Amino acid sequence: MKTKEDQIWQWLEEVTDPEIPVLTVVDMGVVREVDLAGDHPVVKITPTYSGCPAMNEIEQNIKGKLLQEGLDNVEVQTVLSPPWTTDWMTDKGKERLREYGIAPPEGSSADKSVLFGKPKQVQCPHCGSQETTMVSQFGSTPCKALYKCTNCQEPFDYFKCI
Amino acid sequence: MQKELLHYTLRLGDNALILGHRLAEWCGHGPVLEQDIALSNIALDHLGQARMLLQYAARQKGESYTEDKVAFFRDITEYYNLLILELPNGDWGDTLARQFLFDTYNYFFYTELLNSKDDHLKAVAQKAIKEITYHAQWSAEWIIRLGDGTEESHQRVQKSIDDLWMWTGEMFTMDEIDQKLIEEGVAVDLAPIKEQWHQKVAEILDVATLKKPQDDWMQSGGKQGEHSEYLGYILAEMQHLPRMHPEAEW
Ligand SMILES: [Zn+2]
Repeated sequence: MKTKEDQIWQWLEEVTDPEIPVLTVVDMGVVREVDLAGDHPVVKITPTYSGCPAMNEIEQNIKGKLLQEGLDNVEVQTVLSPPWTTDWMTDKGKERLREYGIAPPEGSSADKSVLFGKPKQVQCPHCGSQETTMVSQFGSTPCKALYKCTNCQEPFDYFKCI
Repeated sequence: MQKELLHYTLRLGDNALILGHRLAEWCGHGPVLEQDIALSNIALDHLGQARMLLQYAARQKGESYTEDKVAFFRDITEYYNLLILELPNGDWGDTLARQFLFDTYNYFFYTELLNSKDDHLKAVAQKAIKEITYHAQWSAEWIIRLGDGTEESHQRVQKSIDDLWMWTGEMFTMDEIDQKLIEEGVAVDLAPIKEQWHQKVAEILDVATLKKPQDDWMQSGGKQGEHSEYLGYILAEMQHLPRMHPEAEW
């Protein structure tokens, strides 16, 4: 039997990220907890980056979706700790990113390059080549870096591993 | 509410807010698109960190306060950021030299803040350290590129470092607020940070073929609310709209 909590998680699977619409907030690992212990449902989310401008919209979209499903008193809480990591992104989410043309985070955040370390080797999402170079550590949004493929010559975004 | 903790929170929040504001001034003016984007991203990280800290400050001040009220309705003497962060951006080399000197400090500082006994400051540090590590890596690489670049870039960035040096001492000064909170395990002891900073800065400057300036007389006062005229102009621009139209909303 499906619990109410499972049902809410399932609804959240339909809320997409405003900046990367192929990912849901669940794929992103942004939703940490659905808490039904109190007198109203609480959805706990955690920001990807401190200044992520999408967080307010994500909060509104979660409330909107659940309102649409008949839950009119949902509270969305932002929690900072433990901090979000790309390890929480689902495998399905990573695959969708690659299909969308964004290279997903490589490996685990535990082996992240230390201070003043070398950039990671990243696979091109277009042709699959490993022959890529980093153009800039910073990309179109805080969560991405800019890479270029030396095989197919295409530039691409890499979802930084943090 | 504990007076020292509030002051300390504001110091950290104001550092992030004022540097974020300064870096945002580069938006649309970077030398190449990628670096324009890089600085805008870094500015955004600082602004995000400022929000987490000023929300915490607002919570300490009481129910009628919000992060916006703390940012927009405090006067210049109630701002406690480091003076180096309010200096005008100067040229690309000046901005990058300031980033390098401050990012390196910030990296060691926040690494230590991870051990704070204050839960909120600790949570902010856990979040921020990932971003700050990126910043520190990026600005150090730029210092090496400029220092070990052309004759002109070498000379100019050396001058930037030399000019900024007297503003670096303030990063490591401690007063009774630090002392009290260090005893409680909340604040970071800046003495070991100073050593780590000098070592890392020397190492990077060496790779960059730049000279590390000698410590001499140092500027201070920002942490206690004594500022240069530059902060006044920043606040005028930043606070103008909310003060003219306190009820304004997006
Ligand atoms: Zn390719």
